[in-house]
Amino acid sequence: MKKHFNLWSILTIATALLLTVPLWVLVSFVFEPTNENWTHLADTLLPEYIINSLWLMLGVSIGTLLLGIPSAWFISQYHFVGKRVFHWALLLPMAMPAYIIAYTYTGLLEFEGPVQSALRTLFETQTVNLWFPEIRSLGGAIVMFSLVLYPYVYLLARSAFANQSHSVMQASRTLGAGPYKTFFKVALPIARPAIIAGLTLALMETLADFGTVQHFGVATFTTGIYRTWTGFGDTTTTAQLSILLLVFVTVLMMVEFWSRKQAKYFTNPNQQSNLTLPTLTGGRAVGAFTLCLIPILFGFILPALQLLDWSINVASTSLNSEFFTLVWNSFSLAFITALVTVSIALLLLYAKRSQNNKMVDHSVRVASLGYAIPGTVIAVAVMIPFAWFDNTLDAWSRETLGISTGLLLSGTLFALIFAYSFRFLSVALQSIGSGLSQIKPSMDESAKTLGASHWTILKRIHIPLLSSSLVTAFILVFVEVLKELPTTLILRPFNFNTLSVRAYEMAADERLADAGLPALLIVITGLIPVIILSKLIGKRHA
Amino acid sequence: MRELQINQIKTTYQNTTILENLSLHLKAGEIGCLLGPSGCGKTTLLRSIAGLQPIAQGEIRLGEQVVSSSQTHMAIESRKVGMVFQDYALFPHMTIADNIRFGIEHFTKKEQQERITSLLELVDLSGKEKRYPHELSGGQQQRVALARALAGKPQILLMDEPFSGLDVELRESLARQVRCILKAEGITALMVTHNQNEAFAIADSVGVMKEGDLLQWDTSYNLYHKPNHPFIADFIGQGVLIKGSVCGCRQVHTELGVLNAHLTDDYVTGEAVSVLVRPDDIIHNDDSQWELEVVNRVFRGSHFLFTLKLANGEQVLCMSQSHHNHEIGSKIGVKLEMDHAVVFPLQKKHHAENLTPLPSCP
Amino acid sequence: MKKSWITLLIFTLSMPVYAALDEVNVYSARKEQLIKPLLTDFTRQTGIKVNLVTSKADALLKRLESEGLNSPADILITTDAGRLHRAKAANVLQPSLNDNMKKLVPAHLRDADGYWIGLTTRSRMMVYAKDRVQASELSTYEDLTDPKWKKRICIRSSNNIYNQSLVASMIAHKGESETARWVEGLVNNMARKPKGGDRDQVKAVAAGQCDIAVVNTYYLGQMINSNDPKEVAAANQVSVFWPNQSDRGAHINVSGIAVTKAAKNKENAIKLMEFLLSKESQTWYAETNNEYPVLADAPWSDTLKTWGEFHGDGLNLTKLGDLNTQAIRIMDRAGWR
Repeated sequence: MKKHFNLWSILTIATALLLTVPLWVLVSFVFEPTNENWTHLADTLLPEYIINSLWLMLGVSIGTLLLGIPSAWFISQYHFVGKRVFHWALLLPMAMPAYIIAYTYTGLLEFEGPVQSALRTLFETQTVNLWFPEIRSLGGAIVMFSLVLYPYVYLLARSAFANQSHSVMQASRTLGAGPYKTFFKVALPIARPAIIAGLTLALMETLADFGTVQHFGVATFTTGIYRTWTGFGDTTTTAQLSILLLVFVTVLMMVEFWSRKQAKYFTNPNQQSNLTLPTLTGGRAVGAFTLCLIPILFGFILPALQLLDWSINVASTSLNSEFFTLVWNSFSLAFITALVTVSIALLLLYAKRSQNNKMVDHSVRVASLGYAIPGTVIAVAVMIPFAWFDNTLDAWSRETLGISTGLLLSGTLFALIFAYSFRFLSVALQSIGSGLSQIKPSMDESAKTLGASHWTILKRIHIPLLSSSLVTAFILVFVEVLKELPTTLILRPFNFNTLSVRAYEMAADERLADAGLPALLIVITGLIPVIILSKLIGKRHA
Repeated sequence: MRELQINQIKTTYQNTTILENLSLHLKAGEIGCLLGPSGCGKTTLLRSIAGLQPIAQGEIRLGEQVVSSSQTHMAIESRKVGMVFQDYALFPHMTIADNIRFGIEHFTKKEQQERITSLLELVDLSGKEKRYPHELSGGQQQRVALARALAGKPQILLMDEPFSGLDVELRESLARQVRCILKAEGITALMVTHNQNEAFAIADSVGVMKEGDLLQWDTSYNLYHKPNHPFIADFIGQGVLIKGSVCGCRQVHTELGVLNAHLTDDYVTGEAVSVLVRPDDIIHNDDSQWELEVVNRVFRGSHFLFTLKLANGEQVLCMSQSHHNHEIGSKIGVKLEMDHAVVFPLQKKHHAENLTPLPSCP
Repeated sequence: MKKSWITLLIFTLSMPVYAALDEVNVYSARKEQLIKPLLTDFTRQTGIKVNLVTSKADALLKRLESEGLNSPADILITTDAGRLHRAKAANVLQPSLNDNMKKLVPAHLRDADGYWIGLTTRSRMMVYAKDRVQASELSTYEDLTDPKWKKRICIRSSNNIYNQSLVASMIAHKGESETARWVEGLVNNMARKPKGGDRDQVKAVAAGQCDIAVVNTYYLGQMINSNDPKEVAAANQVSVFWPNQSDRGAHINVSGIAVTKAAKNKENAIKLMEFLLSKESQTWYAETNNEYPVLADAPWSDTLKTWGEFHGDGLNLTKLGDLNTQAIRIMDRAGWR
């Protein structure tokens, strides 16, 4: 138990804090006085940002709960036709970034699209009198988010339901409560903390989204930040908008934290082994089947088909060297970032494990906050200090040394990778952390008593045991970078385009068909973590 | 409170038969216990009574009502069967009071409050209404589970290994406490356990089960002293089986001498049998002429358990007072105190009920 | 495999671009296909290598700003006078116009201080559904607020700089309060919440969602000459109307070119500018992109000819930049999303 600050802990704390520097810089703008741009925003758009954000959170909560809980219940409590496929298939929408599914449904449902055209032919009218809900609206955005984010709720609810002791439900039955009462008064409330934790994750993703709300014309914080940054060029107001968004995010984080604490009390420590699940037949089986099919159908199958259709149509012209440059850019960026992030995660986790130092623990926790912070905010937060650093250094070196240092940080891939690392560090931390927790200190100690050196312990015990979580962490970060949009949009070096940016640009240009190919590639790579995730959970339940 | 009648039931699980031709009768107000090793089917039996599992053949009746049969299966929630689960299954998101209230929500508010208060007093947990399950100890949780199961005044109380999660010292005393509570309320109860001390402490009648069969349903005394199956002899208490041969009408010859035994007429003279010798059958008496060599000894606090060697090499157990600290290898004086020997044939025979008086010897 | 990673790492992480011999570095907000052929021509004729970098206009400006004097760019090509003005105000340009250039291009289409010069002009014209609207019903931009147009107008978002400049020109001519009223009236008459680009507005008119749209000339030009039969069909269902012909004229804007402050190849840059102002280049613009050349004697394309001559607003375009912020504020307040 070392409580003093040795080199390693200092290094760790320094790394963690350095990674979060942009955050501090951003928060410092709280002390800047607001300018007239802010006042203008406050008069016109800010109320809309807040109201839309609130509606989004409310709508997405309802949507994800409706899509996630019933399916989680049926999958965890019963056997029925198709259950084994649905078990993992319900996770498929996780492979779809929200903005991509938004593009596909725009293509499907807009005025000129196939659905409305078919309806018009059906009803034989060419006019607009045929009312059809507008997909590119707040309501549409809520539906889109619900379709791709319900897996968070599904996953956590399912494991909560599955891990509930069956005896609790049986006890409820012996006390006179039928199946419905048991679900609503016992099973659901016990799973509530886990469900809330999943819900907060979904809501954080909702608030962080940029591509969907931009495309749908929903004025939210992220679109406002982007607009103020690129349009007005007003750093102060942009930073202050970001801080306001962070307030919402912080509230969500606190709810998540409290929920996870509560969940501990709700798990029954005296677990009985899980008995076999009853099988559903007849009408009830059909009901369960349909209930599980709907989220997958609308959240993955239909959009994927549309993407496939678009891609096939443009494949002949679009599969050119320019496209492959995109692919190369995306993949190499993701690769490097994954490497960097995994390394930082390893450094931090090992320090935390061996140092037993409160400061180290705290700094690791702070470093992992990135997951909650929207990409637009991180991008802006990174740009400010980097640009300042570059310009200050350059000015100084011109004066004193007579040479121009140029742009070292801003406008380079370094800035982008830096921002990514902060945003996705927690993904790596969680995966590697759980792997590391399997390696108990007593293993190290017994190895030492058997005469092993540090290197031997690392080589023969840690690395083999950690290898799968390292690979998992790598893949997870890789795919997240590939899917990411807003940070890439703002920070990417000149003329450096990625698949996600290309999809965005094509959609913004109303060339949805051309957005299909890059989007499809993103979704296909996005399937890999889904498969990994379902295998991991499958193992735990085996 | 009702009586429980189980008639020739058969249950299956994934094409394997668990229970077959099992019958059981529990009188109203009686406390019964099913004892047996893991996997013997005792929990299945309990769950069948509760309705958590269907039966393939036979019937289960509570009082006059058939609750389970091959054609009918009354819903769990309609049976009014109270059940205490092995992991207590308390609702973690509700207070103790709400847990107890769960089954009596159809009572008026006043009745609910009265019942909760009196139940908590009964289980000695008064004042803890507002606590949550995770704030209580294992023993306290178990008592809440009991109170909750009793709240709705069920027809019968079923308990599935209720003490298994608790410390050893606590188990027996809790079992006795629970017996007091049940007797005070006149509750018909059936418990399931693999621990005989609990069974003996709580039950009026105990049934020993093995591999789906109910071998013997009797008082604990009879199970100990008059087991009708070598498995029971082995499972209940301690003892050894020594060789013997039938030497006359109701008589068996063993290394310990000629013993009286409850032999039916299908035993023939000269037939080889096994005889049960319990540690309390052999008394250590320093004054005795008959001496046996100590080959092993275990100090048990309140007594010594000596393993003694007989002349023919067989070993028997002898329980002796705690301060008789004889070394291994020494010879100690013993006396035989056995009224009737318990004899098991080497081949299966009809065995008469221990209580049936046998015809006197010619 | 490892070596190339390291190389990529080092290369991409540093990425300064050093000025080399006989090159010129161009930052263009105009898409590659709209300018590359001209640049290839330029290289062929002069031997000067052109390094082209394209991006969105706003991002481009942001880069120039943050790169400061370290920027590798020599030339900035972008659309909309407002943006050119912003670039000037952001201190990333330098004066570069010589007398020759000034002679070629009328004064209202270039910066008074010589910081930028227009390459092509475009107008924000009105298109209307042939079968639902008579040309006689249309007159001016102002008239669009008339109740008879309720729920019949399609126009793109206020986020778009072309609309911002249109409103800015309104402010210049009519003052803030009248413009504010005009914008409110326009918003009231919109058939749908703004979405999509100019081409989508045309498609919406063709599909029947609205009857009038306000779009940039070259978008319609592109649609008429498009490879996509659907676009052509849509474009053919609308007719062109030039607003405000009896007063100030249709709103005009430019795409323009300027030399950056950080330019290290200023001579080559000026050569490129003059090349783009030559008759060949100007003709090419008109032909390929259906934009109006700034050069008076450069011929128009056939499509442009079918739309006929029109009277364009002679407003000095620097005003569009000056009034941009106010325009955005008015649009925000009126609810033009």
